[in-house]
Formats: sequence, C-alpha cells, structure tokens
Amino acid sequence: MPVTKVSQLERQRMHPILYLLRHRILSGIVTLFVVSVVVFTATEILPGNAAYAILGHSATPRSLHALEAKLHLNRGIFDQYWTWLSGLFTGKLGNSLASNTPVWALVKPRLINSGVLVLVAGALGTAIGVLFGVIAALRKDSWFDHLTSVLALTVTAMPEFVVAIGLIVLLSTLVFHILPSVSMLVPGVYAWQKPSLLVLPVATLVIVIVPYLYRMTRAATIEALESDYVEMARLKGVPEWRVTLFHALPNAVAPVIQVIGLNFLYLAGGIVIVEEVFNFPGVGQGLVNAVSNRDIPVIQFIVIVLATFYVFVNIATDVIALAATPRRRIGR
Amino acid sequence: MSRLVDDEALSNQVVDGKVRLQVKDLGLCLSGSGEDVVSDVSFSVSAGEVLGLVGESGSGKTTLALALLGYTKRGIDIVRGEILLDGANLLGMSPAELRSNRGRRVAYVPQDPAMALNPALRIGTQLREAMQVHKDFTGDVGERLAEIIADTRLANEGDLLQRYPHQLSGGQQQRVGLAMAFACRPGLIVLDEPTTGLDVTTQRHVLTTVRELCSSYGVAAVYVSHDLAVVRGLVSTVAVMYAGRVIELGPTQAVFNQPTHPYTRGLLAAVPSLDRAEVLRGITGQPPRPGRRPKGCSFAARCPLALPVCGEEEPVPTLVGGRLVRCFRAGEERVDLNEKKVVAPAQEPHESAPMLAVRTLNASYGSSQVLFDVNLNVGRAACLAVVGESGSGKTTLARCLVGLNSNWSGEIKFNGEELVAGCRNRPKNLLRKVQYIFQNPYSALNPRKTIGQIIGQPLEQIPDLLYSERSQRVVQVLEDVSLGADFMSRLPDQLSGGERQRVAIARALVVDPELLVCDEVTSSLDVSAQAIIVELLRKLQVERGLGMVFITHNLALVRSIAQSVVVLNQGHIVEAGDVDKVLSHPTDPYTSRLMADAPRLNQPI
Repeated sequence: MPVTKVSQLERQRMHPILYLLRHRILSGIVTLFVVSVVVFTATEILPGNAAYAILGHSATPRSLHALEAKLHLNRGIFDQYWTWLSGLFTGKLGNSLASNTPVWALVKPRLINSGVLVLVAGALGTAIGVLFGVIAALRKDSWFDHLTSVLALTVTAMPEFVVAIGLIVLLSTLVFHILPSVSMLVPGVYAWQKPSLLVLPVATLVIVIVPYLYRMTRAATIEALESDYVEMARLKGVPEWRVTLFHALPNAVAPVIQVIGLNFLYLAGGIVIVEEVFNFPGVGQGLVNAVSNRDIPVIQFIVIVLATFYVFVNIATDVIALAATPRRRIGR
Repeated sequence: MSRLVDDEALSNQVVDGKVRLQVKDLGLCLSGSGEDVVSDVSFSVSAGEVLGLVGESGSGKTTLALALLGYTKRGIDIVRGEILLDGANLLGMSPAELRSNRGRRVAYVPQDPAMALNPALRIGTQLREAMQVHKDFTGDVGERLAEIIADTRLANEGDLLQRYPHQLSGGQQQRVGLAMAFACRPGLIVLDEPTTGLDVTTQRHVLTTVRELCSSYGVAAVYVSHDLAVVRGLVSTVAVMYAGRVIELGPTQAVFNQPTHPYTRGLLAAVPSLDRAEVLRGITGQPPRPGRRPKGCSFAARCPLALPVCGEEEPVPTLVGGRLVRCFRAGEERVDLNEKKVVAPAQEPHESAPMLAVRTLNASYGSSQVLFDVNLNVGRAACLAVVGESGSGKTTLARCLVGLNSNWSGEIKFNGEELVAGCRNRPKNLLRKVQYIFQNPYSALNPRKTIGQIIGQPLEQIPDLLYSERSQRVVQVLEDVSLGADFMSRLPDQLSGGERQRVAIARALVVDPELLVCDEVTSSLDVSAQAIIVELLRKLQVERGLGMVFITHNLALVRSIAQSVVVLNQGHIVEAGDVDKVLSHPTDPYTSRLMADAPRLNQPI
C-alpha cells in the first residue's frame, strides 16, 4: 500500500512524459540485462564449445585445450559473462571465431546496410500507408477505398518471401530485366552508394508493412471523422479540409503511431528473411551466417543490438503516442 | 447581469418582433427506404424569442434541430420544404453557401459537450475557430473572445484558453459550447438538450445565460428538450413533437395550462411535482419508429380518446384556443382523462425496528474517501430517498449496501443481522433479500440472453427449486411488472428503455427480496416511462411490503415515491427526515438551493 501511494504522489508531481520516460528507460535496462543473460547462457550451453566448433571433428585434445585457453573458455561462467558484458561497453567485442577478424569490423558495415534498408523501407512504408489510409477514409465506399482495401487484404495474406520472389520474377528475371535480383556488395561499398540494389529489398518490405498501417489509419480516421466533435466543427462552418487536418487527424495519430512502431519492430526481424532472399549484406544475413558457423561472439553482439533497437522503438512510440493525446498527457 | 452589447450589434440584430426563422412544410426521409422521419413541420421564430421543441426520444426532435442548419446525419435526407433564415432559404443553397451560414448566421449548441469538443484541441483554438473561418466576420477576434467569455460567465482563470476540454467540468464545457455558438453573433441558435446530465444548479445557470443572451442579442432560439419543466420556464412558444410531427404548437402558457392534444396531456400528467406527492401517469405503449408509423394519427394506438377515424385519416393542424393541434377531437368539449393528479396516499409510518440500519458508514472509492459518517434507517414497506448532485457519493452508498464496494468501515445491519463488506462474504440467504437495480437498463441486461433466462438466472441460486416452479415464478413476476409471459422469449434489444428497466426490476423481484436498492433507475428514461416505473415501484412497495432505497438527483420524484429522505452533499448527510418536512421546509442551505434551482412546471426560471 505505502509503495503505491508514494508512486502516485510522484506521478502527480512529475510531468507525465518524464515519468513515462524514466519508467520505460529503467524497465528497458532491466529487459536488456535479462536479454544479455539469456543470450549468453543460450549460446554457451549449446553442445560443444567454441573451440570445438572452430577446430571441428578432427581436433586433438591438445589443440582443443590450447584454443580454449586462448578464448578464456577454461574460466568460470560468471567470469566469462562479466568479460563479455564489460566488453560491450568498452568496445572490446573480441574476434569472430569464423574469420578471426574483430567482431566490430565485421558487423559495422552490415549494421549500416541494414540501417539504411530499415530506415528507407520504414519511412516509405509509413508515408504510403498513412497517405492511402487517410484518402481511403475520406472517400469511404468509393472505388479507391474498395480497391485499396482489397489489395491490402491480399498482400496481408502473403508471406514476405513470396512477395520477394514475386518481385524478382516480375522485375528482374522472367518478365522485365530492370533490376538486379541479388544485392551483393563488394566489401567497403555501402548500400546507399548503390541505390539500384536497394530497390527490390525496400519494395518487398514496404509491401509487407503498408497494409496493416493502411487499415489502421483508415479505421482511426473514419472513427474520428464520424465523431461528434467533427460534426460540431462542420456545424460551425469549418471548411472540410480544415475539419480533416485540424479536427480528425490529430485524434487518429495515437493508434497510428503504435502501428508505425510495430512496423519498425517487424522490420528489425523481417530483414533476416528478405536479406537472405536477396543476398543483401546486412545484419540479418550476418546473423544467419553466424548461426550456421557457430560464430558465438557475432551472434551475441547482433542479438544485443537488435534487442536495444526493440527497446528504443518501444519507448519512442509510447512517448510520441502520449504526447499526441492531451487527455492522457495532462491531468484534470 | 449580462453585459450590454455594443451599438453595432444592436443596430444590426436587435429588431424585436422581426421573424428570424421560418420553417415551411419541412420533411425528412430515410435515404434508402424513403420512410418518413419528420414531416409537415411548419413554424416560425422571431428575434429574441425562444421556441421549445419537446418530445420523447425517437420523436425526431434532434433530426429536426440539425435540419435547421441544413444538416442531416448520414442516412437521412431533407426531401421537402423550406427553411428561411432572415428570408434566405437554407435548403436552396450550395454547400459553400451553407458552410458560410453555419456558425455565422445559425449556430448549434450540442447535447453532450464532452463529446462535441475536440479532445485534441485547446479551448481557445475551438472558441476562436468559428470567427476565423468566416471571412465575413468583422471585428477583433480577441476582443470578441473576451466578450463571450464574460457573457457566458466562463470563469477565465487565466489559462482557460490554454486548457483542453477534459480539464473542464461539465458545466464549463457546456458554457464553452454556448460561447462557441454565440461567438459570431448569429441570428438563430439551435440548442439540443444542452443541460442533460448537468446538476440542477449548473442547469439553472446555463438556462439563465441562454435566456439573457437571446434577449440581449436579439437572437432567435430553438431549444430542444425532453424535460417539460425546463422548457416551461425558458421558452415563449412550445412545439410538441410526436412520431416526426408537431402535434401541438402554441404559446407556452396556453399549452402548459390547458394542453389540448391527448399526447401533450399525457406528457404533462407524467411530470412529477416538486411541491406535493402525486400519482404519476405514464402513457402506455411505445411511440412508433420511423418506417413503422401507422396509417392515420400516429398516436391513435396509445390514445384514450381515439375514434375509428383516427386510424384511417391523418388529422390536419387546426387552430384551437390560440394553438395549432393535430387531433380530430381538439375542438370538442374537454373530456376528463382522469389525469387530475391525486395526492398519493401517505404510507402508514412503521414504528417497528428498522429493516436496514446504517451507522457511521465511512466509505472510499479508489483512494479517496467519498462517504463520511453516514447514518440512516429504512423501515419495512417504506422508501428512503437519497438525493444529491453527481459526485455526492450516492452510488457509492448503494454499492456498499449491496456488497459491491467493500472499502468501508462502520456498521450495516439488516433485520438485526450484520452485513459484512463484499457480497462474496455474505450468506446467500442475505444476498437474496437485498437486491440492486442499476441505473442504465441498456447495459444491465445481457444482450445474448432472453428475458426469461435473464429473470430466471437468480433462481438458480435457490436450491431444491423445481424447473417448472422456476418458470412459474418468472411468469408471475413478469405479470407483476406488467409485461406478461410473452416477453419470456424476447431479447433485450427488442425492448424499449422503460421495458428493459421493468425486466431489471423483475429480475430483482423474482427471488422475493425484502429490500430494493434502486440507483437512479429512471434517469435514462423519458418522463412517461419514468412515471410508469415509479408507479410500479410504489405498487410493489405496498403489495409486497418492500423496503426501498431510492437514489436520485430528481427532487420531484422523491415526493412521489418516498416517505423519508436524506440529502447528501459531498459525502455528508446534511439533512434527513420526512419528505414533506425536508422538501417543504429545508433547513440546510444546500437543500434549499437544490429546491430553488430545480425547474418547475408552474414557474418561470
């Protein structure tokens, strides 16, 4: 009882956004800590240790022991965890087991490539989804509304690799030969320097994320347009464009922001399949390669990066949604 | 009082007696089927005059009110007639012309300002908007803003304009609605039940403001309401609507003092009086829905005076005694409908020990305490009314009694037995004896179950009750609430609000309770349905010797149903005693204020 009373008091004193931020950042840190423990133990518990994975079946006990000592595998589990965790903060991420190059050097270009992919696909998808959703809501029951609704439903029913293969068939192999079907990059060249390689992966991801956002925007806008306050605005003689822009849309923002957030979260995971299909050198492909090579330091680092991204996107959407809802943001 | 309007406004708008609004033969239909929603409506309103539009829910009054702005809800079309605003026909205008008139020359005050104010926009933005979007509004927006804030007595605590709607009280929100409407100095204002849901004191303030603004600005107003007492004090002309038609139209005095149409007479007979205990008479039956309106007079099926011709032909409006009436028998000598209100027989006071005794009850809702040292007694076959404004703790009291709120201390005794906190901790036999009826009959009945199942459900808690016996009791109790056995197989959706509330009462009665706790059971009903429910409860009280706790904010109802009353103000009982003593000679200032502010049928505001 006393605990809740104190937190209620604090809640009244603090600005709701600051309160939410503090709360979410604290729980985000806890989440990341738990993730780090799970990732570390999961990769360590796998049968056969890293030394065995590197040397293979033919390894002699002597060479195994030598490598284990070099990789600190002979130390206690807590010691190993601590070394790894502090390495995350000091930049000492160790070397890849597969290529013996530093993890950071290996992952950095992939992070940049995937970052470009996620940002471009996310931004385009958001723009298209929101725009089409709003237009469909404004012209409810028109041919545009019917057509986009049916299209959205069709695309929702297709998994991303089907979309990807469909696009490859259409644009780079059987029908037209406009775009490259794989997005291989020479080391040292980043994705944004070769825009043509980005087109198909971005198109695939956009097609996958647009329908849900479109439907949510359409529903939220329709609900706002049919509300009493929109009717009241019309009865005040407010022009229709102003009714839409100033009365309806601000009230549709909060649910739409949540979906945009969910889309970014999906993108962070969805790129794994899309990068694999297009051979795009991003973190998703990097993760798949690392898993098949048992490249434990790389797996651990990529998973931690993705988890941090998840936590960050969640905090950002909650804060924006709160900022867009005065009723929740400001007490009575 | 209200501030003086400036000269420009005076010369522009105050032209007393000039006809502002003229409605000619207006008709609205459902878009698909073409069924009548509103038809043959004609009336006019002059500058400075307020016309009252009254009727039960479903009579078409909101549809008509919106049509006065040339606006319809989706699915309804204006198909006939003219709406002349200062001579210009709104119905002949292009959408752009209509838009430039709305908010500028004709303004609307919504029923529920909590829904009609945009939750995402600041009050200042919403108040300025109408002045900014109308290019022909000349004058300084800031100056005018300050004027209307003062006119509508919106307490401008510095940051009012910076606030969002949810930060205002219901009364303040309604004043913002009024201020928005008056901002551009329109010639006509349409007010759609703007005081529903407000406390009597706030309601009185809002009504006074409306009247002052209309007379000082020379605005014509149409005031829509189902509350006859409110209309009585405010308007000069009244139009009574039934099934989409105006069935009686005339000066307020004439219509209220000598109602002519049987429907108007029925409505007035159903209104409870603040000053004496009366038998309330509701009109039996339901108004027909659009598309189900019968041939001839729509009211014929419920009319005590109906002739064979009423079912054949539709009566045309005839001028009788200074008002227009749509009734074949309007010109005849007045037939006594026995609506003369008899003073209800006073209950014998019971000297025996009280059935329910509450001592030093302190209760909390959430983390804040809402009831402070409440003491009360309810005798057998007696009704105790609990009155107070919203937030006074009435509902919390009821929930403590029935065991839905367990966050209380004190003592509640029922027939000498202690009622512990929380219904789960009470023995089944005690639970059966104390029954609760909820405020909103629309959400209190499970929409997926038939009426028979709903009423029969509490019987499942009684062991050793044969199935045949069970359905027998359901039928019996349906008869008791005057619904009849053929309601058994119906679903709640097929029932009107009044019928649903009767089902809720039947559900409470089926287990033979000794005490009924009724929480605002008539507040969502029309006057006629309210009268029927109140009479039913009083009959049951006598026949079954039921004790009753009747919670209400409507003081007039207290007269008709209760023998004793407690007045709650912010969780404290400020006055208690016999109904007549407390209401006729209140000693506490709070009670006096409630009595003074309550609208009366026989007294102007």
